[in-house]
Amino acid sequence: MAERCAVIGVGQTHHKAKREDVSIAGLVREAAKAALADADLTWSDIDAVVIGKAPDMFEGNMMPEIYLAPALGAVGKPMFRVHTAGSVGGSTALVAAHLVKSGIHKRVLTVAYEKQSDSDAMWALSVPQPFAAPLLAGAGGYFAPHIRAYMRRSGAPEHIGRMVAVKDRQNAMRNPYAHLHLADIDMKMVEESMMLWDPLRYLEACPSSDGAAAMVLAAEDALSGQYPPAWIHGTAMRSEPTMFAGRDQVNPQAGRDCSADVYAQAGITNPREQFDCAEVYVPFSWYEPMWLENLGFCDLGDGWKLTESGATAFDGDIPWNASGGVLSSNPIGASGMLRFLEVAMQVRGQAGEHQVDGAKLALGQAYGGGSQFFSMWVVGSAKP
Amino acid sequence: MSDETTDAPGPVTMLATPIGLDFDFTPGIAQSKFLRGLEQGKFLGQRCPVCGKVYVPSRGSCPTDGVPTTEDVELSNVGTVTTYCVVNVPFAGQSIEIPYICAQILLDGANLSFMGLLQEIPTDQIRMGMRVEAVWVEPDQLTPSLASVRYFRPVDEPDADYETYKEYL
Repeated sequence: MAERCAVIGVGQTHHKAKREDVSIAGLVREAAKAALADADLTWSDIDAVVIGKAPDMFEGNMMPEIYLAPALGAVGKPMFRVHTAGSVGGSTALVAAHLVKSGIHKRVLTVAYEKQSDSDAMWALSVPQPFAAPLLAGAGGYFAPHIRAYMRRSGAPEHIGRMVAVKDRQNAMRNPYAHLHLADIDMKMVEESMMLWDPLRYLEACPSSDGAAAMVLAAEDALSGQYPPAWIHGTAMRSEPTMFAGRDQVNPQAGRDCSADVYAQAGITNPREQFDCAEVYVPFSWYEPMWLENLGFCDLGDGWKLTESGATAFDGDIPWNASGGVLSSNPIGASGMLRFLEVAMQVRGQAGEHQVDGAKLALGQAYGGGSQFFSMWVVGSAKP
Repeated sequence: MSDETTDAPGPVTMLATPIGLDFDFTPGIAQSKFLRGLEQGKFLGQRCPVCGKVYVPSRGSCPTDGVPTTEDVELSNVGTVTTYCVVNVPFAGQSIEIPYICAQILLDGANLSFMGLLQEIPTDQIRMGMRVEAVWVEPDQLTPSLASVRYFRPVDEPDADYETYKEYL
């Protein structure tokens, strides 16, 4: 029988295009200190540290965990570094949760970050190789053809992507930590923004952000903090190869298996009805309807109808990305953890202006690589 | 306590230091065959003995069945655009003028698409299902790399029916 585990502290930076006032160490420390303060703890209360970020090549800072150990109070303590591409913030939190659930540690600090202003992610994701034509243009170039495939498969009308782009930016207006605060965002503004990777426009893509996220996870007999704990009801991670014949990149098997696993642990049979909200990794607008289907919130082919109906809006029956999501803040390594952190905030009732009324049970999801890594957790206000 | 760190006040100095890295790429047996095929102006793949699927390029084993792919298969020069995007964003190290069409191309006889550059067609006329062929460099310029394929271009054939390639999306 695994130990119960809860989120007892959360912290994040104000995500920005360029944080010139802090180094990477300063950035992660800012989030970690906020999480400790929220949990009413100090560095010495922490048993172990788990850190994650996206590929080292982004900032060109190899094995940054070595240099960040002192900044995170990890000297003399266990420290783990996790890497699962864009899903890493989620899987980092999962490793931390497992250290508590296994009974090994009582309080674990988990941190994830990216300092995109120090990096060139487009370049790092587009390195020429002899067995591939030099065509890949960053993540957008990779995902845009799969978005086109989704549009063809589902018959979704073009405006769905723009609706998500507007909705998530409107949500971000309620979140003081969000990178983008586009007060005038509307369908026309998205439609008039530059076409970057046809069919994806500039405002249908995530920004490049500097930022960090941190959480303190604790065992049942080590609770503290100013807000009630967010109990972890399920954790799951799945992966699949980037290439195999018959691979479904619109609705990946790994994503379906991962949600089936986490739903079974949390007793979820009808995600749309049972969850009060969800934070899902949507770096390009069309991934909302795609993941609505992959996560079983509706039947195959109906994701775009759910988006169009307003069900996923802040005042809908199942708000997705009330924080503004990845479309509003994208410190890549931290983006997955922010999804996990934001749902913890929701069920703890500490989400402020973007609090979903009465949120008790919520899903956090992150994906990464060429849709080959999926991490998820379910958190709730009630003890599992 | 060593973990009771303090925050040192003061501004952060940023310094950009360009670095380079040259490396030798060792492709292994299966990919060497593929690359040698490119040097001869043809696409060489391998078939899985269990599921019968043809991989191009092959990594030497079937990712689904976990067995070596031993049967070599020469593929057609013609294939189908399963999906695509038009890249219109500049980035460091880019070698192709924007906008360009990045297409997923499923060669006839293959069970896995790969990314190819599509030219000789305006970017607003490309379609899913379009039939295309590889245009190779001059014979004396062939090398063991995909640089041997200059690009793909449309062939004068009706588009492939969606049903024939939908499982490759």
